Amino acid sequence: MVRVQDEPFDVGAEIAAFSWGATHVGGIATFVGLVRGTHRGERVRAMTLEHYPGMTEREIEAIEQEARRRWPLDAVLVIHRYGRMKPGEPIVLVATASAHRAAALDSCAFLIDWLKTRAPFWKCEETDHGECWVEAREDDEAAARRWL
Amino acid sequence: MKIRYFAWLRQRTGCGEEEIALPDGIATVAELAAWLGERHPRFAEALAARGIVRCALNQVYVEPDAAVRDEDEIAFFPPVTGG
Repeated sequence: MVRVQDEPFDVGAEIAAFSWGATHVGGIATFVGLVRGTHRGERVRAMTLEHYPGMTEREIEAIEQEARRRWPLDAVLVIHRYGRMKPGEPIVLVATASAHRAAALDSCAFLIDWLKTRAPFWKCEETDHGECWVEAREDDEAAARRWL
Repeated sequence: MKIRYFAWLRQRTGCGEEEIALPDGIATVAELAAWLGERHPRFAEALAARGIVRCALNQVYVEPDAAVRDEDEIAFFPPVTGG
């Protein structure tokens, strides 16, 4: 399941709901991405995430389908926020459930790696020196390539 | 056709989206981007720096040689930074 939303979400409640009643699942892996309070030594006051409504959901759903093709997954949850948020707030939650831990852990890493380089989101940070669009990082590209 | 710009490309063009009629003689995303660069000089600057501008045709990533039609939605944006 993919949810792209403006509203904050409760990480604990989401994971509890995701794992509830999963009697045949051996394990759940999760990744939670938070707004970082510093960037290149500068204090980040807030961050605004812009996205491309429609394409965002489509891209993340395609990545979920690819994960399900590669690993035996019982359930997948991706929640990604857009809009303005403060340091420490969750931006993204990825959760995967599988009979065995390797599939859950690997698919979770795959999902966040591909999401970072394919889902159409753009981060704009507010610092003491004004607003600045975050540049794409080569090590994110490298992390995504290891799954090709 | 609908043209959309995101992130700092939206700020540089001064518009999030615009409706245009497919110009005569324009067949590909690259040709369309060059034509749009004449309307928005700062978009042309971004295009000139190779590898910065990404494109989606009807919400699917495409390469610059993709064919465009008048009913399409074309989006231009910088490399993504979500997650």
